[in-house]
Amino acid sequence: MKTFDIPTFECETGNYHTFCPISCVAWLYQKIEDSFSPVVGTKTRGYFLQNAPGVMIFAEPRYAMAESEEGDISAQLNDQEELEKICLRVKSDRNPSVIIWIGTCTTEIIKMDSEGIAPKLEKQLGVPIVVARANGLDHAFTQGEDTVLAATTHRCPEFNPRIMNQQKRHASKLVVADVDSSDKFIDERGRCSLVLFGSLPSSVASQSNLELKRQSVSVSGWLPSQKYNELPALGEGVYVCGVNPFLSRTATASMRRRKCQLIGAPFPIGPDGTRAWIEKICSVFDVKPDGLEERENQIWKILSDYLEMITGKSVFFMGDNLLEISIARFSIRCGMVVYEVGIPYMDRRYQAAELLLLQHTCREMKKPMPRIVEKPDNYSQVQRMHELQPDLAITGMAHANPLEARDIDTKWSVEFTFAQIHGSVNARDALELVTRPLRRRGESVSDCRSLSRQTLNV
Amino acid sequence: MKLAYWMYAGPAHIGTLRVASSFRNVHAIMHAPLGDDYFNVMRSTSERERDFTPVTASVVDRHVLARGSQEKVINNISRKDEEQHPDLIVLTPTCTSSILQEDLQNFVDRASLSSESDVILADVNYHRVNELQAADRTLEQIIRFHLDRARKRSTLDRSVTNTPSANIIGIFTLGFHNQHDCRELKRLPGESGVAVNQIIPEGGYLKYLRDLPRAWFNVVPYREVGLMTATFSEKEYGMPYISKTPMGISNTADFIAQIGKLVNVWASVLSGKRLNYESYVANQTKFVSQAAWFSKSIDCQNLAGKEAVIFGDATHAASVTKILVKEMGIRVSCSGTYCKHDAEWFNEQVQGLCGEILVTEDHTEVGDTIARIEPSAIFGTQMERHIGKRIDIPCGVISSPVHIQNSPLGYRPFLGYEGTNQVADLIYNSFNLGMEDHSPDVFGGHDTKGVSTKSLSTDISNINWTPEAESEPNRIPGFVRGKTKKNTEVFAKQNNISEITIDVTYAAKEKSSP
Repeated sequence: MKTFDIPTFECETGNYHTFCPISCVAWLYQKIEDSFSPVVGTKTRGYFLQNAPGVMIFAEPRYAMAESEEGDISAQLNDQEELEKICLRVKSDRNPSVIIWIGTCTTEIIKMDSEGIAPKLEKQLGVPIVVARANGLDHAFTQGEDTVLAATTHRCPEFNPRIMNQQKRHASKLVVADVDSSDKFIDERGRCSLVLFGSLPSSVASQSNLELKRQSVSVSGWLPSQKYNELPALGEGVYVCGVNPFLSRTATASMRRRKCQLIGAPFPIGPDGTRAWIEKICSVFDVKPDGLEERENQIWKILSDYLEMITGKSVFFMGDNLLEISIARFSIRCGMVVYEVGIPYMDRRYQAAELLLLQHTCREMKKPMPRIVEKPDNYSQVQRMHELQPDLAITGMAHANPLEARDIDTKWSVEFTFAQIHGSVNARDALELVTRPLRRRGESVSDCRSLSRQTLNV
Repeated sequence: MKLAYWMYAGPAHIGTLRVASSFRNVHAIMHAPLGDDYFNVMRSTSERERDFTPVTASVVDRHVLARGSQEKVINNISRKDEEQHPDLIVLTPTCTSSILQEDLQNFVDRASLSSESDVILADVNYHRVNELQAADRTLEQIIRFHLDRARKRSTLDRSVTNTPSANIIGIFTLGFHNQHDCRELKRLPGESGVAVNQIIPEGGYLKYLRDLPRAWFNVVPYREVGLMTATFSEKEYGMPYISKTPMGISNTADFIAQIGKLVNVWASVLSGKRLNYESYVANQTKFVSQAAWFSKSIDCQNLAGKEAVIFGDATHAASVTKILVKEMGIRVSCSGTYCKHDAEWFNEQVQGLCGEILVTEDHTEVGDTIARIEPSAIFGTQMERHIGKRIDIPCGVISSPVHIQNSPLGYRPFLGYEGTNQVADLIYNSFNLGMEDHSPDVFGGHDTKGVSTKSLSTDISNINWTPEAESEPNRIPGFVRGKTKKNTEVFAKQNNISEITIDVTYAAKEKSSP
């Protein structure tokens, strides 16, 4: 993969607010239905999990804290024995098909050898144990999912083109009708298979499958799958493509360890992103995309009422979930001006196509290229926002209410990770999020410009 | 190691941050990895706080792990000092710093040489104390720091105020109904001629702390936070304190009686007259509080002998137990607290009032106890509310852990005379709803005739759903499912589609505009 002429990045102090990467268990346990995730760490992490996913904790989720106590940290207790106790209990209580240990800062600092212990316990218990080191020392928020998926790539079965091919041939013999076209296709492309990675709600995943099927590209599997034992086969001859911008480790692991080929495409967020994503995949499979432009225009037409609302408005991304570049690109295409894109971590190689599309979009829409700030400093960002007075700030919950009180409209960034924003079908949902604070604006009741207490100086 | 799904009290640093961020112009710097600053989120959402939470992290990353924090913490302290000129910076250790065992005191000493702000290290041990104990300790530490220094600089004013006055200690952010309780508490002694000298930590400026000893006495409304400060002031400055929680009629009367006793020690000397609170108490009990009348009324008679289970922090659980048993005649089968460190006091308080006493931090034990007893109502935390939901028993929330719905905008104190009204409402409504729930069941529900027009799509009958498409709406959250289904069918009709496939459902979603 070549690196393109990519705009300059700034890097600040890294004093920004984001969620701890262990929060990924909150959506991953729902996605992988038969998993159980013990988060190995201290009370601090448990309290976070209890407070961040809100009421979810009351629904008997399939995750829990394996809470380290003083004895664990001072190594008076044996890590392996302790983890064994925990896993035995989990097995007898919930009988999961896979146990995913989520390592935290604690396990890093005390250098618990989770990767060494896991295979031993796995043999003993007969339940696969995946170890993901989703800690706040190295990662931010959504990167937690990346660590889990990267660890899961090792558990995917080996891809065997011959078997796949035979099966397909067999199937095609049964379907007599269109032998001509499909047989040729199998001959040329039959040895390849397409696996998409990234955890999406099942309906969004099947929407994406459908979009690709329209271009006669079939998706052979998703990582993660709904069930652990339905993991897709990986190996030489498998093309993989990401649906989310924060999955660079997963991409690397599937390339380097599983010899898959990565399709570097922009991410399917917004109609423009979705089209570029499909086009890129099609080009790899030598398929001429059909009716994509028409379809994109159709979607834009549906969005026209929202576009009217946001065209010319300015937006500031404080940065906490790595979706920022894609959403910024989409907003610029919608006619917005983006002042700044804060982002926790920027993988220029994995996001290369997305960055290129961003540049292209800016040129096309005649909008300035936003400044991209890696590891932002929230305090400086607030100062900058004070001067720029953006129409909208996309930010974490820690800053949302204070900014609203200072008369800057905000959208809570975490919602973008939980809402369905992928694919053409969901473009409206994505804009619905962006426009919500602006729509509310018209009906605002207060006459005071700023409702902050500090400015009143009581 | 132990398996845990839920904890009642948070980790120690949360307590320190709650105290530090309650004072005005105090900044806390956490020595913690990325993502551990979720306290800001909690405060900003649960309290709907308008201002930036004065908490930042000095981020512990790989480099810190390898080489130690070195200048990082110090730079962060002096940066905050320059940016925001806080009066005090509290360096807050977390579990991470307790494992790393860096010499944070050394950083504090060095940083305080160059910064204008005072800098202290919160003296809390992650492994030994929980959120509440840490809050108690940090509050005492900050007060001690300032009073000791004022004494050294002899700026301390030790003369008591001319008229009776009191400090209210322990009102702070993310506390259960603390803001409302505070307003009620100001009124309570206020009406009886006792002024409020200071309220700490909520909204207090550190520069006024030196006037703290001018009050005649201290009031500590909640056991969990403030007792250490009160005992410190008693020992060092001879200030008496009241630790009775004025929750419920009899507790409030006791509280006022204690105020009377303390005030009269000085009042007779300073102003030559004695104050009598008996008529005040009688008046309030009869006319301001409806709770006394309520417990005599027929409504309350119906509650007599009903069973309840109570669980919460020591203060609230003990007080509510007393209210239920002594003021309403309700049978408390089990009363419990998660404040293990205060178990002795709790046992003493509820001894003889309830069937059994439960002191635990394990929510499954509480859940099992409730399921075994099957009370008519539960009074507990958010967790007990959910346990109640699962086994269909109503629950009134009386204690933290809190949820955003426990920070009501309306006036809802638990303390004082208005508090007795609120508590009585809460208790009565919980039981009453339970009864309403049951009587329709006895008679077979509200609607005994089958309702046939509930379907949202009766007029469109010639449309078929393929099985796959049929399952599609089931993936949509329940509350919008009906609408989505209807929209799809309308779309199909408009486009002359007779069979709805998955394709059609997506196409309909694309086209639908609100």
